Amino acid sequence: MRRLVIGRTRDLLNRSHQNYRHSQHSLFLSSSRFLSSAPVIDSPSSSSSPPMSPPVTLNSINPKVVKCEYAVRGEIVTLAQKLQEEIQAKPGSQPFEEILYCNIGNPQSLGQQPITFFREVLALCDHPAILDKSETQGLFSADAIERAWQILDQIPGRATGAYSHSQGIKGLRDTIAAGIEARDGFPSNPDDIFLTDGASPAVHMMMQLLIRSEKDGILCPIPQYPLYSASIALHGGTLVPYYLDEATGWGLEISELKKQLGTARSKGIAVRALVVINPGNPTGQVLAEENQREIVEFCKDEGLVLLADEVYQENVYVPEKKFHSFKKVSRSMGYGEKDIHLVSFQSVSKGYYGECGKRGGYMEVTGFGADVREQMYKVASVNLCSNISGQILASLVMSPPKVGDESYESYCAERDGILLSLSRRAKMLEDAFNNLEGVTCNKAEGAMYLFPRIHLPEKAIRAAEEVKTAPDAFYCRRLLNATGIVVVPGSGFGQVPGTWHFRCTILPQEDKIPAVIDRLTDFHKSFMDEYRD
Amino acid sequence: MGLKALDYESLNENVKKVQYAVRGELYLRASELQKEGKKIIFTNVGNPHALGQKPLSFPRQVVALCQAPFLLDDPNVGMLFPADAIAKAKHYLTMTSGGLGAYSDSRGIPGVRKEVAEFIERRDGYPSDPELIFLTDGASKGVMQILNCIIRGEGDGVLVPVPQYPLYSATISLFGGSLVPYYLEEGANWGLDVNDLHQSVAQARSKGITVRAMVIINPGNPTGQCLSEANLREILRFCFQENLVLLGDEVYQQNIYQDERPFISARKVLMDMGPPLSNEVQLVSFHTVSKGYWGECGQRGGYFEMTNIPPRTVDEIYKISSISLSPNVPAQIFMGLMVNPPKPGDISYDQFVRESKGILESLRRRARIMTDGFNSCRNVVCNFTEGAMYSFPQIRLPRKAIEAAKKAGKVPDVFYCLKLLEATGISTVPGSGFGQKEGVFHLRTTILPAEEDMPAIMASFKKFNDEFMEQYEDYRSYSRM
Repeated sequence: MRRLVIGRTRDLLNRSHQNYRHSQHSLFLSSSRFLSSAPVIDSPSSSSSPPMSPPVTLNSINPKVVKCEYAVRGEIVTLAQKLQEEIQAKPGSQPFEEILYCNIGNPQSLGQQPITFFREVLALCDHPAILDKSETQGLFSADAIERAWQILDQIPGRATGAYSHSQGIKGLRDTIAAGIEARDGFPSNPDDIFLTDGASPAVHMMMQLLIRSEKDGILCPIPQYPLYSASIALHGGTLVPYYLDEATGWGLEISELKKQLGTARSKGIAVRALVVINPGNPTGQVLAEENQREIVEFCKDEGLVLLADEVYQENVYVPEKKFHSFKKVSRSMGYGEKDIHLVSFQSVSKGYYGECGKRGGYMEVTGFGADVREQMYKVASVNLCSNISGQILASLVMSPPKVGDESYESYCAERDGILLSLSRRAKMLEDAFNNLEGVTCNKAEGAMYLFPRIHLPEKAIRAAEEVKTAPDAFYCRRLLNATGIVVVPGSGFGQVPGTWHFRCTILPQEDKIPAVIDRLTDFHKSFMDEYRD
Repeated sequence: MGLKALDYESLNENVKKVQYAVRGELYLRASELQKEGKKIIFTNVGNPHALGQKPLSFPRQVVALCQAPFLLDDPNVGMLFPADAIAKAKHYLTMTSGGLGAYSDSRGIPGVRKEVAEFIERRDGYPSDPELIFLTDGASKGVMQILNCIIRGEGDGVLVPVPQYPLYSATISLFGGSLVPYYLEEGANWGLDVNDLHQSVAQARSKGITVRAMVIINPGNPTGQCLSEANLREILRFCFQENLVLLGDEVYQQNIYQDERPFISARKVLMDMGPPLSNEVQLVSFHTVSKGYWGECGQRGGYFEMTNIPPRTVDEIYKISSISLSPNVPAQIFMGLMVNPPKPGDISYDQFVRESKGILESLRRRARIMTDGFNSCRNVVCNFTEGAMYSFPQIRLPRKAIEAAKKAGKVPDVFYCLKLLEATGISTVPGSGFGQKEGVFHLRTTILPAEEDMPAIMASFKKFNDEFMEQYEDYRSYSRM
């Protein structure tokens, strides 16, 4: 028997965090006594000079740490959190009732429900002791119970609390490989799969392998999801930008890739990899297959590793486009392991499942020699393994209920409900942005974001300069202060200089969207009234 | 076409330098043998549940309910879950920003961090600030994050105990820093001599290295020793004088098997010492849900607590955390439950105590069985496992064995451990994986195999070892300490 989250439970989840007081006892916490048979003797001080400035200050920490930026949870979010605290302390103190976080692709924080079947299986794997009980049949669907048994049988000792193989549990990788094969029509090798705590650590691992010094460059789309710029900075490499073309729906031109590659090389940069985000973030475009073939050809010819961020593969909202994995495209061109280095990233955080908090994901690594694979394994092993629950979820995402399974219909209803709603919300917000004065917004063909362009009046740009703020950040801050809506300024993602954007998610619940649009529209109008040239 | 981007030759050199023996050669060989059908006893990693230790019931109940909140609405849920687990699940769900599936604050759920702070206060007697506590996907990620901030280049050195848990050496390699070893004294129960610390630092500085941090692992891994309060005071004073940030790896704080030296946190001692040290010495303390009596390695849950780290540095560390968005939420709940377990009067209290005590008392017994077992073997000397989860016996390899190892192209303790593996199926980690004094050999095993299996395992080891020694022993010489 399955239940959708209802009633009290949903309230529980919607309530903001409260303070919870506990009484002060605990059996196994040692009290603060110490027995020392040796007297406590202060050792004589060696030199009497006072300590120099303490080691971990801003000017003495790793400069790469200081250099990197991550706007998604940057300044504007900090401001929003302060405002949220103010509302909680003094309701009515702001011109809006609540903060609406549209800065981050975090669906379940805005009310999206998890897929019931997945949660049933995870709960059973977390607490296998109940699998034998008859009451369990009454609370869980039969196929969830069966799937939990299947998964547990693939885990040595059924121990979900044990470190697994550093690439992830073999049986789960088998399932994922089978899922990839079913998706693409080309075989996938479980040993090519590295399960990670979300896709982000896998991206970091690749940057670590690829970047030897600042002379190593990584081609990244502009605009891009700032994990890439941050990771490259952290690892001391050089970001080589290639610009997506806003005028053609954020099109990716091979001529632009070639041009940027040439420029970088002429500066002495060894360009090692090409990052492609498909569907795009923040831009939302879904690449046409022909485009993908050009990209594959380009990487093959130039000896670049193709880093294919495909975490939004299940988020496609337009009938004229389909997701094709780069692996499928390469293989259907007849290119195999010897022809192209390819790393494909997938995550449990997006799609229709939106399980961000679980930190589950993987990379599939093809076209590398055994010696390099050994190094990847070694790096993975230092962290021992990724969290088991996330591994299980990744395998569920790649092999959901099938026709004939007890949960199939309700699973489909949940999945389609979410995807259709996302599709509608994408359209509603796109239209709303396009209706604003001086704002143009490309369609979100996929992913979870809109990236409208605002043509800011000169007056506004000057006002921003006066307060030493980037014009898009200035706009976003004013938007936040007036409406409580949190978006991320385009400068956090990169944009053609002199253009201004912001990224807004399509994730607020559908019934909230009209109010969001109204507030946005009212704010924009008054902003333009204030700054119109 | 020339070298491709990910050809071995063009990989980041730092990656190639990394060694992590815990899942290195021995482990890979053991896995091969296992595939071939041989029965392997994996004692290479502190992974209790893999060796039969059961998860505690209460936390699993709570997290299962959090995974599937629809259960909470079912009238029959009480038939499968006790009322306090149900209440706890609701308590934690309320703290999240949308259940287990939403990214939390990048530092971890504020309510859980508050519970951690309260735990630290109860433990140490000094208040702790939740804003300075960051939850991480396991303590290892926290260690890597902090070392990444500290290491600017190979000119930066980090003092690391030898023998050490190779996360430290691997991470320092990965980030291109310099490992500055300080040797623990096997004859003095793996004690730490401050003079040795001074010497290590002086040596490093003479090579132009700026020593920035000192790692202590307390209780020790692989060595198991519990630091005395006096020792901790010396260390803190040393860090104060030498301007080092102290990294206190305290993940085994619940694994104490003797009563002379209970666990005292570095932070408590620091606070006890009062100003100026208590205001100035920079300290980062690490803890986890993977060890203790919980053993929930697979959840990947940990935290670090910062003391005397300037706000702007804390901001930078926060920034790095935010790139990974958030630590996994289920493990954060495990962490909350660990620092806030069932209390007397709770429905689940008795069972919780029974399960916990059972595990800890058994670990204590196993620590003794293993130490005594190793000490009964020819040419093997083993310090008692005062804490943590490992035994680190010294194997006095005869000269002939060392020569045979050389001929086989193997480091002597690797040679011994491989032979041990082939003969008995016991998979250990050679001491060279942790560092040891030149010419002195060890292996690390865990004390985690089930208690009922211990006698047979120790007997099997003894048989192999004594036969090995007989084979290679030459009455005139054997390796000396």
